[in-house]
Amino acid sequence: MNPNQHPYPVKAEARKLNFFYGLVQALKAIDMPLYERQVTALIGPSGCGKSTFLRCFNRMHDLYPGNRYEGEIVFHPDNTNLLSTEVDPIEVRMRIGMVFQKPNPFPKSIFENVAYGLRVRGERNRRVLDDKVEQSLKDAALWNEVKDRLKDMAFNLSGGQQQRLCIARALATDPELLLFDEPTSALDPIATASIEELMHDLKKRVTILIVTHNMQQAARISDHTAYMYLGDLIEFGKTDEIFIKPRDKRTEDYITGRLS
Amino acid sequence: MVQQDKTADIHAVIRRGKRWDYLFAAIGLICLAFGLLTVLVLVGKMGLEGLDRLSLDFFTSYPSRRAANAGILSAWVGSVLVMLVTAFAAVPLGVGAGVYLEEYAKKNWVTDIIEINITNLAAVPSIVYGLLALGIFVYQFGFGGSILSAGLTLALLILPIVIVATREAIRAIPGAMREGSMALGATKWQTVRYHILPYSMPGILTGIIIGLARAIGETAPIITIGALTFIAFLPPLPLVEGAGLFDWVMSPFTVMPIQMFNWTSRPEEAFQINAGAAGFVLVVMTLGMNALAIWLRYRLRKNIKW
Repeated sequence: MNPNQHPYPVKAEARKLNFFYGLVQALKAIDMPLYERQVTALIGPSGCGKSTFLRCFNRMHDLYPGNRYEGEIVFHPDNTNLLSTEVDPIEVRMRIGMVFQKPNPFPKSIFENVAYGLRVRGERNRRVLDDKVEQSLKDAALWNEVKDRLKDMAFNLSGGQQQRLCIARALATDPELLLFDEPTSALDPIATASIEELMHDLKKRVTILIVTHNMQQAARISDHTAYMYLGDLIEFGKTDEIFIKPRDKRTEDYITGRLS
Repeated sequence: MVQQDKTADIHAVIRRGKRWDYLFAAIGLICLAFGLLTVLVLVGKMGLEGLDRLSLDFFTSYPSRRAANAGILSAWVGSVLVMLVTAFAAVPLGVGAGVYLEEYAKKNWVTDIIEINITNLAAVPSIVYGLLALGIFVYQFGFGGSILSAGLTLALLILPIVIVATREAIRAIPGAMREGSMALGATKWQTVRYHILPYSMPGILTGIIIGLARAIGETAPIITIGALTFIAFLPPLPLVEGAGLFDWVMSPFTVMPIQMFNWTSRPEEAFQINAGAAGFVLVVMTLGMNALAIWLRYRLRKNIKW
């Protein structure tokens, strides 16, 4: 697909991306663009490498020994190769936020959870912290529920609230790309709906990449969808096209439920 | 009819199975009672023996040739000061080493060997530490038979306990906390400082106090480095009468178990009573430290959930 023909500019682009857990190859020569201010969904059966792919974008694999990347993920507009050994993974994570499968608020106050990313960046000004925390909680549609108890411990919130807190925590640092790793798989349907709605609002200002094993969710919220299978990117395209008339037989089998 | 037979069979199987349940519960209870009773009797007997001597005077008097006047002032002050030095030396070293091994060290064979050796260090007899300290702290460094020597010796002794407790406490922190912190662009040190240390603090503190509780009862290494058995003065107070802030660490000293040992080896009956009283105080000190550990852990853990 030629990015120039697309109405949205490319925010990031995987080029011939291979990934290895030790000797096991988990991703095979993946080429895929992420369009700016669009939601891209990664779908596929368990073990297909979709989470592995997502975690390449913020170099999460660097935290564990024995992992190896090949190829590039080029990040625009500055054309940085995120996987280059010359690029500090901390710099990458400062530009790219992540929300995890299971809500993982820190055992600290609601305020401190959201402020943490700013503290890490050396922000000490109370005014700036207050403003930023408020704005982020508003952006994550959580402000009205927690504004009177910012000092409360975060683990006293419900699961859905905790996940929105984690989104606020990621938003507070103004990421250019936000990674969601099955963000609703631990939540009930109502909380899931609120997170999906939130993502829809968020894409106005941030590019989103989401892993989901819920195909309806991918269909509901994403603009582009990638189907992965056994470490290969089988098909990538506009979500409507993928779900209505997939080009690849394997994609069709998966979407129609013949392959799980 | 067939169904009834089946049910009866199941009942018989359950009855047979449960017989072992009861039997084991009974055996376990006997074991527990035996252990508990032994400890209770020992401590109780010691307490009862020494009860007559347990008065304020006993805590504020120096040892004396006359049993009725003898007290544990120099011994308990010595024990407290030695523990202070031990804590100051063992805590930063032990916690630092533990954090390094868990968070920074690469997982390779060198780390494995270090790990095995730390576990082994915990099993080295305390008298060996005494000999080591005699050579290094007392003579090589010239600290003599001082509070400093004793504190450092006991610090070495409990270092493995503190390291192991630190590592276990860190390992109990879910990886999701670490990932959550790093995903926001934190460095390793920021992650350690804001998450790993605070969340592992209850476990680390427990380890430190358990270690100190062990150290306070140690006798052999302290005798080896040359603690006094009879001492009728206290270390100089800091900044009083021309003493420097840290002069007390170089002072000669004795500790509770040595005072006790000294009294038990006397022929006079009256000194046995003193020994009982001192032993009782030592046990109470140890139990008190353990109780503090439990309380601290409970208090701190209330604010940590994931």
